Amino acid sequence: MFTYTLRRLFFAIPTLLVISFVIFALLDLAPNDPTGDLPLTIPPEVREQIRASLGLDQPFLIRYMKWLQQFFINEPINIFESLTGWQFGDGERMRVLSWATRSPVVDLIVQRLPQTLWVVGLAYLFGILIAIPIGVISAYKQYSIFDQIGTFVSMVGYSVPTFFTGVLLIVIFSSYLQWFPSVYDTNLRVTDFASFMAQMKQMVLPVAVLALYNASQITRFVRASMLDNLHQDYVRTARAKGVKEKAVLLVHVLRNSLIPVVTVIALGVPTIFSGAIITEQIFRVNGLGQLLITAVQGADMPLVQTLTFIFAVLIVLFNLIADVLYGILDPRIRYD
Amino acid sequence: MKNLKTLLAGTVAALALAIGPAHAERGTDGDLKILFWQAVSTMNPFLSAGTKEMLASSIVIEPLARTDEKGELVPWLATEIPTVENGGVAKDLLSMTWKLKPDVKWSDGTAFTAEDVIFTWKYCTAPDGGCAQRAQYEGVKNVEAVDPHTVKITFEEPKPYPYSAFVGGQSPIIQAAQFKDCLGTKAPGCTAANFGPIGTGAFMVTDFKPNDVVTFKANPNYRDAAKPAFASITLKGGGDAASAARAVLETGEYDYAWNAQVEPEVLETMMASGKGRLEISFGTQVERINLNWTNPDPALGPKRSTAEAGPHPALKDPAVRRALSLAIDRDIIVEAGYGKSGKPTCNIVPAPEAVASTKNDSWCLKADVEGANKLLDDAGWVKGGDGIRAKDGVKLNFLYSTSTNSVRQATQELVKSMWAEIGVGAELRNASASVFFGGDPASPDTFQKFYADVLMYTNNFDGTDPEKYLAEWLCDKMPGPSNGWQGQNIPRYCNPEFDKLVGTLSKTAELEKRAELAKQLNDMLTEEGAHIPLVHRGDQSSFAVTLEGIKMNSWDSQVWNIADWHRKK
Repeated sequence: MFTYTLRRLFFAIPTLLVISFVIFALLDLAPNDPTGDLPLTIPPEVREQIRASLGLDQPFLIRYMKWLQQFFINEPINIFESLTGWQFGDGERMRVLSWATRSPVVDLIVQRLPQTLWVVGLAYLFGILIAIPIGVISAYKQYSIFDQIGTFVSMVGYSVPTFFTGVLLIVIFSSYLQWFPSVYDTNLRVTDFASFMAQMKQMVLPVAVLALYNASQITRFVRASMLDNLHQDYVRTARAKGVKEKAVLLVHVLRNSLIPVVTVIALGVPTIFSGAIITEQIFRVNGLGQLLITAVQGADMPLVQTLTFIFAVLIVLFNLIADVLYGILDPRIRYD
Repeated sequence: MKNLKTLLAGTVAALALAIGPAHAERGTDGDLKILFWQAVSTMNPFLSAGTKEMLASSIVIEPLARTDEKGELVPWLATEIPTVENGGVAKDLLSMTWKLKPDVKWSDGTAFTAEDVIFTWKYCTAPDGGCAQRAQYEGVKNVEAVDPHTVKITFEEPKPYPYSAFVGGQSPIIQAAQFKDCLGTKAPGCTAANFGPIGTGAFMVTDFKPNDVVTFKANPNYRDAAKPAFASITLKGGGDAASAARAVLETGEYDYAWNAQVEPEVLETMMASGKGRLEISFGTQVERINLNWTNPDPALGPKRSTAEAGPHPALKDPAVRRALSLAIDRDIIVEAGYGKSGKPTCNIVPAPEAVASTKNDSWCLKADVEGANKLLDDAGWVKGGDGIRAKDGVKLNFLYSTSTNSVRQATQELVKSMWAEIGVGAELRNASASVFFGGDPASPDTFQKFYADVLMYTNNFDGTDPEKYLAEWLCDKMPGPSNGWQGQNIPRYCNPEFDKLVGTLSKTAELEKRAELAKQLNDMLTEEGAHIPLVHRGDQSSFAVTLEGIKMNSWDSQVWNIADWHRKK
């Protein structure tokens, strides 16, 4: 297992390099321009100077090499320096700079991470916590009223887009009932009970929207996996031996059913980091998803490139984690 | 210049009235909550020319003079507006002298001097800096200090309208001490300064989260001890125009939401809760349909839509150009897409009033389908079996392109149905705004390429003087492969007489004569059909009913007088 993991990690390096090149090339080919958003009153010669100051006048390969150097050498050294307090050289090295804000991309990402992890991460966690019991009961009482309702709700949750549920919740709970705010305050610091309640309140709507969506997906997996196992021979054996129904269900069937579910959950973790672009935009959570979409709209290439590449790293990494977890949880699976 | 003086006097009087009964003192009205649906990326307007950056930074940093809501210049950090009459502008128009207010302090307590003004010019004109407001300093040869509170600007050639450098929200003064190590290529590295410039304005930045939220507090060193009324400002960004308007008009969570670019009927329902109001001001924005004077036929390859492609087979006929304009009912377009924030117009220079022509209003403002049909009949364009007119094998079927935007797509549909009534067909197309306006020479979808027959978008000019704007229709400003498709003469209009008249305008100093020339140029463009002006667009923002002291301004920053904003008592 260990050599397998090492081998996979080793193969990830060329994969990621190819991915980074493909992203860079795609962004370069896209007919987008960082001066496109500026008022038309800015004359063309000034636009040309702005492009030159962003380094856009250099050839494609040089820009790609520069990005590689900035991202793989300069940024890690910077992180190392800020962690240890040591300094290498004069500390003056070119970092990956966003074109829109002209500030280091990594700083922007670090600033955005907490909101995204709180809102999107919590929604994922709630989604899982809701999905598992519903999935279990739905499968155990297949075709019962509970199962029918569960199936209906998850179909609705899965097929109704978040830009609809989000606005619907705002209209009901912010405009009409005025219970929760419609705009997320990223400056709120939790210092006492009142600010804690304010934080909870502003998280309710976005978390609810995303949790519904996540739960709908996972419930279906849990239900299907439970149904597979309920008809296995070992279940009949356990019942024949007189094992209590509760133990059959929660100890034998659930444990085995969760093996594929765990991998599905692990594969979904990178989507937490990539944020929920639409939901973040609706509630103005301004996390990583909103950062990515504003960067795309403003043709902020370094930011888009760096963010998408980090997502690529996470996806490759969690694919590996899912595979390894599968091996650990299911003794029948061996990679070596 | 005489005009200007009387106007100035009027403004001073108006300001005195506006101050009225002295209400309270600094910082008594709590927090002002502002919502921008496009978040602010940086507080340095020289590094990003976006309107949102200009607005946010104008809360902190200020120019020497501003343009007020009536379009008149008012001194801001200067004591008066230099004119030829008061000796501030040299008779030969080669230099001007600004006198700075003597007791202005930066928010860190240091004195504001001529050195800061000179530094600002050096900062923006430094080589390789990519200063986005470089055009404001065009023609400036030197900026020097006569004494610590007097600045002299010399120009390379006579400048009849010199109010561009250090005037308006696009050209504020930054502190020399803070930015001294940030010249040229070093500019982006000064993140702390770019995110928190020290200013002379009513507020100072306390925290800046790029593309998210900015917080400000009242500047303790502000020159008026009684202002600002608000103690702090929270400027949140992100989302979309409709939900931003809702947060002010319907839920009342915010006091001011910039740019309520939302369909009129949606705004009406939001206003029903009575928590907010809309304020509208008109600047120089005109939504227009450009007609392609050159041939965009794809068969011409790289020559298409350039002067070498030859004239457009159908649009070269003046009758066709006139008929296309006559067929359009501008009132319907305004009602459907703009509501109170739009007015029908036939001018490309719709304001200020002194330069707005009314010459073509008689024939062009009202739709005349019969007249248009007759015009085309007389010109020999005959309707075919499909209802589309044709002549000599050329069909009046146009490719009609614009940027992606729900109001624009609705307008396209309306215009298409109006043109159908005179036997003109239209194929509608739209491209994402960042591509359409992006100017990438490799993309076929930019407005500069104009690979279409007609093209719709909005443009405007900064400030109140249209000279530079009118010069965009010069023959040599045509976009094409030779200039990397960077020209501004999008319709590819070319008229030597027009060029000559623009030359005269650039040498005329008298305001009345300049206005007369500007009107003539504007009329020429409409009459000849370089484009079809549709809607004079206003700026529309939503405000809480409790907010007072707002003077919506399209000539300068919308928050130009934020020091006077206060809460209704």
